[in-house]
Amino acid sequence: MAISHAIASGMGGMRAAGDLVARMQMTRGMKINDAKAYVADKLSVSVSDLSDPVVMMEVREDLDIGSLSPLPGCTKGIEAKIRIAKVLDIDINCVQRLKGKGLI
Amino acid sequence: MGKITTRMGDGFPVEMSESQLMGDLEEGTENAAECGEIPTLSKEELQYLFGLFTAPYRVVGVEPGHEVVLSYDGAPLKMMRTAIDVHRLQASQIYEKLLGADTLELGHVDYSYKPVKPIVSMEQTVLEQVLMATHAPLFYGAMPNLGLYTQPDGPFPNPSELLAMGKIGDVQESYENAVEAAVKDIVFVAGAMVKSGADGINLDTVGAAGDADFLAGLKATEILNEKYPGICIELGMAGEFVLGMHGDLTYQGERLAGMYAHDQVRMAEKAGVTIFGPVANVKTNSSCPWNLARVITFTKACCEVANIPVHANMGMGVGGVPMTNHPPVDITSRASAAMVEICRLDGL
Repeated sequence: MAISHAIASGMGGMRAAGDLVARMQMTRGMKINDAKAYVADKLSVSVSDLSDPVVMMEVREDLDIGSLSPLPGCTKGIEAKIRIAKVLDIDINCVQRLKGKGLI
Repeated sequence: MGKITTRMGDGFPVEMSESQLMGDLEEGTENAAECGEIPTLSKEELQYLFGLFTAPYRVVGVEPGHEVVLSYDGAPLKMMRTAIDVHRLQASQIYEKLLGADTLELGHVDYSYKPVKPIVSMEQTVLEQVLMATHAPLFYGAMPNLGLYTQPDGPFPNPSELLAMGKIGDVQESYENAVEAAVKDIVFVAGAMVKSGADGINLDTVGAAGDADFLAGLKATEILNEKYPGICIELGMAGEFVLGMHGDLTYQGERLAGMYAHDQVRMAEKAGVTIFGPVANVKTNSSCPWNLARVITFTKACCEVANIPVHANMGMGVGGVPMTNHPPVDITSRASAAMVEICRLDGL
């Protein structure tokens, strides 16, 4: 069922930019169109690019914000979230927690 | 056109004529409009649904650019339910890398706040590990589940037994005590998860035990917002209207019993909810067209008044998805596309 929804109407998660748009809904309470516009602006792409896995693969690799098939040396997991927080100009709770511990 | 193949609300295939299809769509929206005292769908919207059900394609979807964010309830538990032996960390990785998940969720197998309380430190450790390895925003989710606060599972007298004895005052007192206890547990567990780095808290299946259950969710949200400013709280409902098991409970002066989604979302906003999840139930012995038209009528009314993002519940037996453990892709994709396109959802 999760797959059916993802194919029919989902943004594709980190295959594209769904995780980033979700973050704007969660941290700023943005409605979907505002969240998409915000992320598109921060990534310097068009709104329609946000659901495109081919375009977004390149964008994610260029910005090093985590990708489906990460190459050696690329950011992964929380490393990627440190970059996502900077790119989107938002606080991410677990990243703030690392800052609080003096780890970054 | 010949016979149209669609499904009943329990998922079984059924054939109908074009006139039967349009008849079911019209009856479905009229039923919701009558129940919720809300407008029916327009002729254009019914025609869109008619086109969706007569389209000869197995899988359909939204127009490019209309995609929305997906959130989940009990996500890693679905792996357990299907007997896939992976840790919740790997389940989260599978969701974000293989299933296209926009958000992730961690939850305990009992999926209620009360049983998590004594093992909260174990859950926090798992959550912290998942946060290290994943990329998408992570909710911690569970249900208020007021049923766990009454005898024999909890400390307070069982309202169902009291009701049978006609002790209405005692029923209400028991629910009121359960609300206070549940709020403490939700705030305790959710607070721990926020301290461990969770991106959001999911209060799921809210209202399952009626108006007291809904009140517990609202009160907990209020307190969590005060304690942790900026916290993200997704509140997903259990059913399409709030059962008046107590009957007299109010939130900010409004009686909760009997509220449908378009009123529930106003309460959620007042409490400080970030994302609201409305529910509209599926009737198993009516067709999927009837159910989908009905569900969309309720959900559209909710979206029209909502100032916060709305993620409609679209699991088995709600949101136009048939009541079966294995929802077929033909009807699930139709429900998914139609809900997003007509209701202008922010997610599901």
